[in-house]
Amino acid sequence: MLAAMSFRLGQMVLVMFGISVVAFLIFFATPGADPSARIAGRNASQETLVQVRHDFGLDRPLPVQYGLMMNRLFVSRDLTSFVNRGQRVIPAVTGAIPVTLSLVGGAAVLWVLGGLIVGVIAGATRGTFIDRALMILSLIGVSVPVFWLGEVANLLTQSRWHDTWLFSWVPPLGYIPLTQDPWGWFKALVIPWFTLATLYVGLYGRVLRASLIEMMQEDFIRTARAKGIGERRVLLHHGLRTSLVAFVTMFGLDFGALVGGGALLTEVVFGLQGVGKLTYEALQTLDLPMILATVIYASFFVVMANFVVDVVFVFIDPRARDVR
Amino acid sequence: MSVNAPLLVVEGLTVSFRSDAGLVRAVAGVSFAVEQREIVGVVGESGSGKSQTLLAIMGLIDSPNAVVSGSIRFMGQELVGLNRRALDAIRGRQIAMIFQDPMSALTPVHTIGNQIGEQVRAHEKVSARAARARAVQLLDAVGIANPDRVVDGYPHQLSGGMRQRAVIAMALSCNPALLVADEPTTALDVTVQAQILELIGRLRDQFGSAVILVTHDLGVVAQVTDRVMVMYGGRFVEEGRKGSVFRTPLHPYTWGLFGSIPPMDGERPARLAAIPGAPPSLSNLPKGCAFGPRCAFRHDACIVQPPLVGGNGHRAACALPETSRKFHIREVASIETPV
Repeated sequence: MLAAMSFRLGQMVLVMFGISVVAFLIFFATPGADPSARIAGRNASQETLVQVRHDFGLDRPLPVQYGLMMNRLFVSRDLTSFVNRGQRVIPAVTGAIPVTLSLVGGAAVLWVLGGLIVGVIAGATRGTFIDRALMILSLIGVSVPVFWLGEVANLLTQSRWHDTWLFSWVPPLGYIPLTQDPWGWFKALVIPWFTLATLYVGLYGRVLRASLIEMMQEDFIRTARAKGIGERRVLLHHGLRTSLVAFVTMFGLDFGALVGGGALLTEVVFGLQGVGKLTYEALQTLDLPMILATVIYASFFVVMANFVVDVVFVFIDPRARDVR
Repeated sequence: MSVNAPLLVVEGLTVSFRSDAGLVRAVAGVSFAVEQREIVGVVGESGSGKSQTLLAIMGLIDSPNAVVSGSIRFMGQELVGLNRRALDAIRGRQIAMIFQDPMSALTPVHTIGNQIGEQVRAHEKVSARAARARAVQLLDAVGIANPDRVVDGYPHQLSGGMRQRAVIAMALSCNPALLVADEPTTALDVTVQAQILELIGRLRDQFGSAVILVTHDLGVVAQVTDRVMVMYGGRFVEEGRKGSVFRTPLHPYTWGLFGSIPPMDGERPARLAAIPGAPPSLSNLPKGCAFGPRCAFRHDACIVQPPLVGGNGHRAACALPETSRKFHIREVASIETPV
């Protein structure tokens, strides 16, 4: 098992190397465009262009350029943005990580719980009114755009009903660090959590219901019923337990993608300085070093989440243990 | 309940499914009894209603479109329409089932020991440790070589024969009075099949269980059962002691079944006799005797469903006069099964 895990770790490093090369090539070796002009940003002066060309070694061969870039990203960590004059890219990204992790982590707790509840109840009451009501609700949840939901939440909690007892506790938009004020952190994030989780509760509820219904048709469910153990145990201990495989796979991918900047809309709407918002702003100003850093950071999280899913798999599915 | 009372009495059991083609009767009013410590074989082609009969006894027909009617009395208690809680107190404890496909009958994510222990603990107040010890004991009893290891293994780590043994061990975990086995050896290769059958035969001696063994393999029936019931189109067409049915089968369908077994010795037939035609579709059963359209001896009387009648506990549902049937047996035997 340890061997399998270190094998996976090695694989991960390789994948990340591949991603960094591809990302680098897209930004620096696209034919017909001068990367220095893009790095320097719009309307850059001639002196800046020369400086950029020198800084990034753009007059040297591609492998050297790649090496220099990676050195600045990971070793000296002094990659600077030219658009936002002198802004250090790496501290900006590392500063944004706790915000994004707080947002996505909290939302993940909500959507996993919500998805489990919706999926199990709908699966168990299949075909009844409860099932249909839950499925319609989750379809609505899936269809509602997150930025619209966020704006409506803001409108109600920040303005229209802010002075009523219901939402007077809601702090102004923005992030409060957990270490500074845990209660404030919670209050600032609880509405973004629900906003971000809505889509995923619907999605996970529907997927889990489908997978649960499929599992409940399996032969081993009949065996379990024949044992005389009661329907609740059949459903949870045999049906749900075997359905979790699909659930965990999805969770790993979604969590990785969200932490890697996918929560962009929620972060922008709620004014949270997370990785998504950073990417969003960098894209608006075509801040190439920043985009490169966030892309590589995002890929790291997606790959990492995949690795964690593989490890969790070993625990939930014994069949995965004997592979390799 | 007297000592001689039958363990299981089924009367007029009907299992139907609502479908687009109307009500489809998978089991059309069957009646039979199983004595204590008796091994009964139920034979028939696929779709003859054998499995549905077993599932009805287990209360495992849970399709919302299924209608189960008639009466199933087990140790005097009516099982049809019993609520889930009372049913759960009986199944697994008093009646246990062995399923056809051992590859899919066990939950893939739990260990063998946990799955056996789960059943034990559902019916008896014992500790997890005691349940595990019982599981090891049971695995040993069904002939698994290293029960201490297998008990902590997962289903995918075992071969088909081992899994079927595990399923049997699970079925036996609470010493059930009745064991129903739905083609327990179909998915296994021949040597394993023989071992499993021997095991089922031994159960009665060790645990005193009665067994209903569903199969489409007459060799299996010959090997272990006391009594044979032949099913066709959702009904019993013949029923009797094994010796009696094998020596003088009374129903043309049974003749056909025997005719399609290759002989052990003598001249090898150029081709095996097959029953002409295909089993009837349950949604469109022929009028009268369901076997009629495939029967070489069909005549006018077959337009009415014949009753299951006969002496000496050997009954058949055939409209042929008994005397002419005796004649036909010889005829059929001389052509198709040179013994």
